[in-house]
Amino acid sequence: MLAYSLRRLLIAIPTILLLIVACFFLMHFAPGGPFTSERPLPPQVLANIEARYGLDQPLWKQLWDYLYNIVVHFDFGPSFKFKDRDVNDIIAQGFPISLTYGSLSFLVATAVGVSLGIAAAIKHNSWIDYFAVGLGIAAQALPNFIMGPILILTFTLWLGWLPGGGWHGGQWQYLVMPVIALATSYMGSIARITRSSMLEVLNSNFIRTARAKGLPTRTVIWRHALKPTLLPVVSYLGPVFVYVLTGSVFVDIYFSTGGLGQAYVGSALSRDYAVLLGVTILYGALTVVVNLLTDLAYAWFDPKIRY
Amino acid sequence: MLGKSQKAAHLAEEITDYTVIQGRSLWQDARMRFVRNKAAMASIFILAMIVLFTIIGPYFAVWSNEEIDWNVMGDVRGMGMPSIETGHYFGVDDLGRDLYSRVIQATTTSLLVGLIGAATALIVGTCYGIAAGYIGGRTDGVMMRFVDILLAIPATLIIILLLVVAGRSFFMLFIALGAVGWLTMARIVRGQTLTLKNREFIEAARAAGVSEFTIMYRHILPNLLGVVIVYASLLVPEMILTESFISFLGLGISEPYTSLGRLIAEGAGTMGYGTLWQLMYPLTFYVAIIITMFFIGDGLRDALDPKDR
Repeated sequence: MLAYSLRRLLIAIPTILLLIVACFFLMHFAPGGPFTSERPLPPQVLANIEARYGLDQPLWKQLWDYLYNIVVHFDFGPSFKFKDRDVNDIIAQGFPISLTYGSLSFLVATAVGVSLGIAAAIKHNSWIDYFAVGLGIAAQALPNFIMGPILILTFTLWLGWLPGGGWHGGQWQYLVMPVIALATSYMGSIARITRSSMLEVLNSNFIRTARAKGLPTRTVIWRHALKPTLLPVVSYLGPVFVYVLTGSVFVDIYFSTGGLGQAYVGSALSRDYAVLLGVTILYGALTVVVNLLTDLAYAWFDPKIRY
Repeated sequence: MLGKSQKAAHLAEEITDYTVIQGRSLWQDARMRFVRNKAAMASIFILAMIVLFTIIGPYFAVWSNEEIDWNVMGDVRGMGMPSIETGHYFGVDDLGRDLYSRVIQATTTSLLVGLIGAATALIVGTCYGIAAGYIGGRTDGVMMRFVDILLAIPATLIIILLLVVAGRSFFMLFIALGAVGWLTMARIVRGQTLTLKNREFIEAARAAGVSEFTIMYRHILPNLLGVVIVYASLLVPEMILTESFISFLGLGISEPYTSLGRLIAEGAGTMGYGTLWQLMYPLTFYVAIIITMFFIGDGLRDALDPKDR
């Protein structure tokens, strides 16, 4: 187990480094930049600006400085667009917000999805099952950017119960719709995965044995069926994390939460490559770390896997 | 006495009824299972109607997708609603452009994105996966490590990055979608190839002197096809979803071309003014396409991979 963890870690570190290098080169071969405007700057001014951001250095030196600053100081450099802010400020301001409703929707989707799936499997072919399956499919066809408008239409415009956007330090009224919009789609996926996994487990021999020796249904499900049922769900948590990350880009924009997604799309539209790269690298590195944790959790969870 | 009872006579009749049982190939079997799946067949019918609509719909359009109806533009809420008389069957959008033509254009875009994106992923992923799995050894290790690294980065972010860096165009959109779609496909195909390549029939082919390339093409590829088709059919809605997501953010293809994600975004932006049709028409088409694709994918999986039910 320890050897396996170390080996996975050894793969994760070069992955993150490679991600940084690849993104860096993508940025440098991009046509145009934040300083190309309709009114061209005098060459002397442009040279001064480039010297300020270190863009006059040879490419390898720039790459080295960029890597060094990220790895050693966790510093993504200055923003190209905002003179008085660097990328770290922007991340520090937006990321906690995205993290708050992201982890909330993660919890909601997992809890609701798993219980829905288990209920459907236990009451197989009953109205609960059909309801859960229908809900799961409908939820999957309603990704966050569809749910957002539908929720605003219903709860803000028609019923007038909830504010249509904003953050206000994360009061619950401002949290409800972002969390639901983000959670719905993969709540559906989790419910479907849990249901089919539970059905498979309930039909297996060791469950029949457990039933045959007279255990009450409750014990059979909680003690014997639950753990193997959750295995595929655990391995799905990595993709779920990616959904939450990319989905938060939409939620930040649509509900104006002030999260990192707003800065991300804003930088993409204004070609502020420093911010674009910083956020991409941060999200990529987080994904690598979460995938690593998922794999380790899986290895710990599944008695059959021994590395 | 034994042969006299009615039941026994009936049984005897059944036993002596020699009808030749025709063998069925795996593909015929799969087709039968698919045809029997009502949800999948209904989905195919609905999807076919949508495709048909995008083909013959333009002949009934009064306005093109770029024209602005100046008469309606000032009062979209009062005069821009769906009506037969003005020729705006689905109403107009916020700028006075005909929504009927725009929905047709957007649906075509979304369907094309799904198909071409999935096809690119299918071809690249299959070739890569077969090569990695069949060659094996260190080559396989290096090739799959590369895929693992790329898979570690959120796909949507890569697409956005590519579109920003290389400019927004149809061509770039397909490239970007294909560039991230093939990774999982390559992984699946490689896994299947690994289990296939040590089987007896491959060994037999090699003993008979068949060249390595022919073995891959003739013997491994056909045996992969089921898995590949199932995964590709699930990839199509995923591609459409991703493209719509990016278009919704305004980072997808640019005007006058549009896609369903963009139309939904525009409709969502103006729904506060009471012009709900701007949201509902694209939304209906979008949800119909995604749900039917899901059902078709599920049907294909049940048909081609029966053990997975």
